[in-house]
Amino acid sequence: MKQTTLHAAVLALALSASGHAMAQDTAKGIAEYRKMLEDGNPAELYEMKGEALWRQKRGPKSASLERCDLGKGPGVVKGAFVELPRYFADTGRVQDLESRLVSCMATLQGFDAAEIAKTAFGKGEMANVTALATWIAAQSRGMRFALPTAHPEEKRFVELGKRAFFYRAGPHDFACATCHAVDGQRIRLQDLPNLTKNPGDGIGFAAWPAYRVSNGQMWSMQLRLNDCYRQQRFPYPGFGSDVTIALGSYMGVNARGAESIVPAIKR
Amino acid sequence: MQAKPKIVAAAAAVLLAGCASGPSPADLDAQFAAMMKASFRDQGIAKADRLKQDAAQAACSSDKPPAEAQAKRLEAEAMSTIKWPSGGQYFGDFAAGEKLAQSGVGMAWNNKSTAPKDNGGNCYNCHQIDRKELSYGTIGPSLWNYGKLRGVKDLNDPKAAEVIQYTWGRLWNSHAFAACSNMPRFGHQGILDEGQIRNLMSLLLDPRSPVNQ
Repeated sequence: MKQTTLHAAVLALALSASGHAMAQDTAKGIAEYRKMLEDGNPAELYEMKGEALWRQKRGPKSASLERCDLGKGPGVVKGAFVELPRYFADTGRVQDLESRLVSCMATLQGFDAAEIAKTAFGKGEMANVTALATWIAAQSRGMRFALPTAHPEEKRFVELGKRAFFYRAGPHDFACATCHAVDGQRIRLQDLPNLTKNPGDGIGFAAWPAYRVSNGQMWSMQLRLNDCYRQQRFPYPGFGSDVTIALGSYMGVNARGAESIVPAIKR
Repeated sequence: MQAKPKIVAAAAAVLLAGCASGPSPADLDAQFAAMMKASFRDQGIAKADRLKQDAAQAACSSDKPPAEAQAKRLEAEAMSTIKWPSGGQYFGDFAAGEKLAQSGVGMAWNNKSTAPKDNGGNCYNCHQIDRKELSYGTIGPSLWNYGKLRGVKDLNDPKAAEVIQYTWGRLWNSHAFAACSNMPRFGHQGILDEGQIRNLMSLLLDPRSPVNQ
């Protein structure tokens, strides 16, 4: 109901204009629509769920995640998000927030990591991973991205991510760069961040996880990338696969200094 | 005998350089190929073999454009792939073209077939076309008044032939005009069929099309 009213408001704003002023008024209408959305972000519900999941004893080992090391030491949550993906010595891998959470769920709680990775977004333990990621990310709200790059694997993943970003393939010849390598472009009315550099505070890498109003779902970065690849007409990227981590490393390093507004709210 | 220490020193230098700069670009290329292979899988109509690049895709996959000579060669190759319309019939129905231009579906893993009849043109995603549609993208140039601005008053006028052929070629294989064009190769890649491209031609060029008012 509320959504319909907002859409109507945008449309009315847009239609009231004509000729040259039209585009400008459309942009203004969209900006006002976004402002209205910010008043109530349902992501808060996922944050609450995520915090409870972090503390709850769960899984075959009936343990909480409170000893999970997200890169800043066991149990340290604040500031962890803006330094991910990073290298973890215990797994010998560069990991993003979600793949790291799955590692912790496996080692601390006894869950089957491969089983979780196969689960559809929004379902079962995958829905829990998204809620956990939302809460953890929210604890770094207002902080600036500063991914570590000292480890050779971290450097290597940035390089691999850059290659993935520019890799053109598929029936439509699309790469990430097709839509995200130039400032100020749009698909339909959707602004496209330039992800080859810091696109600005709370934009691009600094905006996910985000609540999507259009389908009423909480979208993690893994889902964001998954759906980008769907629209690129690529085959299916595995959850937590190296290409998704490498893209995170590339975008995250490029976003150095950008302020996180996560969890954001999106159309 | 005397050369030996030099060789050892040279080898040490190579090793040191290797340590300082990490894997070489060639190593990274190989690691990247392995990573892509391991990261993706088939899903519905989107098979993993879509990752395999043709020469044009491979040449346009870095932050630097290909050298001019290579770009020219790729453009000439693309030009030679253009299939001109059978019977010299370039035009169809502009209303059907508008419908196709609006549709962004097709070729993704959640679509049921790769047949052109199930695909949209995605045109408004990147272009302004009919000015009445406010929701348009800006990756490509505005196509509002496309035919009018190019002086097309009569589709049968020989003076219009050049722009008609260019437009068909652009829609069939955009790489013929810019090696790394962002625009999909609708005909060449089998996204749209001749009949659909005819409808888009009418949308863009027919003086009666809403685009040219």
